[in-house]
Amino acid sequence: MNVMDTRATSAMLYLDGVHVSFDGFHAINNLSLALEPGEMRAIIGPNGAGKTTMMDIITGKTRPDEGTVLFDGVTDLTRLDETSIAELGIGRKFQKPTVFESQTVQDNLLLALNVDHSVRGTLFWRESKAETERIQKVLETIRLADARNRLAGSLSHGQKQWLEIGMLLAQDPKLLLVDEPVAGMTDVETHQTAELLKEINKDHTIMVVEHDMTFVRELGVKVTCLHEGTVLAEGSIDQVSSNERVVEVYLGR
Amino acid sequence: MSAHILTRSLDRAATAFILIVAAVGILIPLSNLLLPQGSFLQVPTYLVALWGKYVCYAILALSIDLIWGYCGILSLGHGAFFALGGYAMGMYLMRQIGSRGVYGNPILPDFMVFLNWDKLPWYWYGFDIFPFAALMVLLVPGLLAFCFGWLAFRSRVTGVYLSIITQAMTYALLLAFFRNDFGFGGNNGLTDFKDILGFNVQADGTRAALFALSCLALIVGFLICRAIVTSKLGKVLIAVRDAESRTRFLGYRVESYKLFVFTLSACMAGVAGALYVPQVGIINPSEFAPGNSIEAVIWVAVGGRGTLVGAALGAVVVNYAKTFFTSGPLAPYWLFMLGALFILVTLLLPKGIVGTFNSWWEPWRAQRVSANTTSAAREDGISEPNPAE
Repeated sequence: MNVMDTRATSAMLYLDGVHVSFDGFHAINNLSLALEPGEMRAIIGPNGAGKTTMMDIITGKTRPDEGTVLFDGVTDLTRLDETSIAELGIGRKFQKPTVFESQTVQDNLLLALNVDHSVRGTLFWRESKAETERIQKVLETIRLADARNRLAGSLSHGQKQWLEIGMLLAQDPKLLLVDEPVAGMTDVETHQTAELLKEINKDHTIMVVEHDMTFVRELGVKVTCLHEGTVLAEGSIDQVSSNERVVEVYLGR
Repeated sequence: MSAHILTRSLDRAATAFILIVAAVGILIPLSNLLLPQGSFLQVPTYLVALWGKYVCYAILALSIDLIWGYCGILSLGHGAFFALGGYAMGMYLMRQIGSRGVYGNPILPDFMVFLNWDKLPWYWYGFDIFPFAALMVLLVPGLLAFCFGWLAFRSRVTGVYLSIITQAMTYALLLAFFRNDFGFGGNNGLTDFKDILGFNVQADGTRAALFALSCLALIVGFLICRAIVTSKLGKVLIAVRDAESRTRFLGYRVESYKLFVFTLSACMAGVAGALYVPQVGIINPSEFAPGNSIEAVIWVAVGGRGTLVGAALGAVVVNYAKTFFTSGPLAPYWLFMLGALFILVTLLLPKGIVGTFNSWWEPWRAQRVSANTTSAAREDGISEPNPAE
C-alpha cells in the first residue's frame, strides 16, 4: 500500500489523467474526476462511454496505463488488487445483479458483512448478536425480511438488485459504486430505489452509473456525463441535459 | 472453541452416515475374526481387503468433493496426491522388510540391490521410522498441493485450464516414477511387504485392523469436511464456486481460501493412499495414471457433487460395480459401461444419487419443518424467530 504522508486532496475519490486502452482501443482517455466525502454523484453517458471500465479501475479489476487514482486522499488504488480495495472500504454493485444464487438471502448478507475475512476467522466464526441485528436491519431496509430464508436465485430481478444493494449496506463501505441499480425495474421500484440511495447517502459517499434519466433527475445530485472515456460535461441534471454536446452525443450527430 | 463447530456440523444425515460407517468398521472385522470360517455371516478375508480398498477410495472421493463440490476446483490430478501418500507408506513398508528380501540386504530394498546401488538415497532416510513416514504421508502431498496451488491460484488459473494442468501434474509424476533411477522401484513400484508396525500385513488380524482404521479415517475426514462446509468458511467456498469475482469485491482473498481447501484435500487424499497400500500390497506408478484421477471424479459425480455423503457412496457403488463387472464375462466392456454411466448420470441424475434424493426429500421436509418452525427456532440458538411473522 502506498501511503503518502499528507493528503494530496480533500476528495474521497480522485481520478486524474487516467488512460486505459485495450488492444489500441482507448476506453478511458485523460479522465479526471473528484468525489467529495458524503457526495452522491450520478454518472451518465452513452454505451461505450467507459462508465463500467472506470468502475473496474477504481475497484482494481483493471489497471490503468497512466494516471492517478487516489482514495481518501492518501491511498493509490492503482497498486492494489480487488480484495485489498474492498477491505479499504469501496463496495461495488454490478450492472448485472450478482448475488450468490445458491445461498439464502440471509447468508448473502452474512457473507457481505465487513468482519474478519481471513480463512481462520471464517472457519471459527460464530454469529454474534450484533451481526444478527445488523442483518435484520439491512433486511428491513431492503424489504426482504420475509424472504430471508429463500435462495437468492429464486428472487425476482428487482429483488436481486435490492439484495445486492443490501450486500453493499452490510459491507458498510466508505464509498459505494453502484452500476445501473434500476435496470429492469418497474417505475415503483425505481422510485423506491432512488429513496433508498438517498437514505444511504446520508452517511456514505456514492457514485451511481445510470441510463434512466427520470431516476437521475429524482436523485437530484451533481451529474457527470462521460463520452469516449472522458468527461464531457458536469453539473446539475438540467445543465448537463441542456448542454449541446451532450445532446449531440446522445442523439447521434 | 471448537465444540460449536462439531455440533453445527452434525445434522441427521451426517450422524446417520457416521453411525453406518462406524458400524461397518466394527462389525466386518469382528465377523471376520470371531465367526468360524465358512459360516454364513463370516466375512472372508479377501472381502475385508476389498472393502478396505473401497473405503480408501471413499476418502479420496470425499477429498475431491470438498474442493470440487464446494469450491468449484475440478482437480483431475487428485490421484497423484493419493499415490504420493501411498508411496510414503510403501517406503516405510519396504524398509520394514530388512534382510528378509530376496537379496537379504538389511538396508537396501531389493530393487536398489538389483540396480547395483551401494547406498540408500538421502530421500529414503527416516522412512524406517513410522511416525516420520506418517508425517510424510501428510506432508508430501500437502506440500506439493500448496506449491502447485500457490502458483495456480495466485495467477488466477481456473476452470478447464486448472483441470488440464492438474492432469499434466499427475502425468509428469507418472513418467518420473516410471524411471528406475528416480529411486522408487520404477515400473514395478514397491511391493512384497512383510510387516506394518511389527504385524504381518497378510495376517487376518492386521487386515481387519487396517479396515477398521480406514473406516475411522473416513469418519474423521468426513467430520473435518462437514465442520468446514457448515462453517462460514463453507459459505465463502460456495460463494467462490458460484461467483468468484463477486467474492473478491466483498474483500475475501479468494486464493487463500482455495489454497487452504486444496492443500487440506491433498493431505486427505494422501492418507487415503497410505491406508490403501498395505491393504492391496503394492504401489506402482500406474496409480498416477490420469485415468485414475478422472475415475475418482466420476465417483463423486455419480454419488452427488457437493453432498460429501454422496461422494463416499459414489466411490463404493462405482467400485463395487467395477469389481462385479470386471470379474465376469462382461469384463472387456467395463470401460464402456463406466463411460455410459457418466453420460447417463449427467443426463438423468445431474445432482447424483444423493443430490437427487435430497431434491425429492427436501420439499417434504421443509413442509414438516415450517409446521414446527416456532419450536425449532427456540431450540436453535443461532436463528432467531422472525419478528415479521
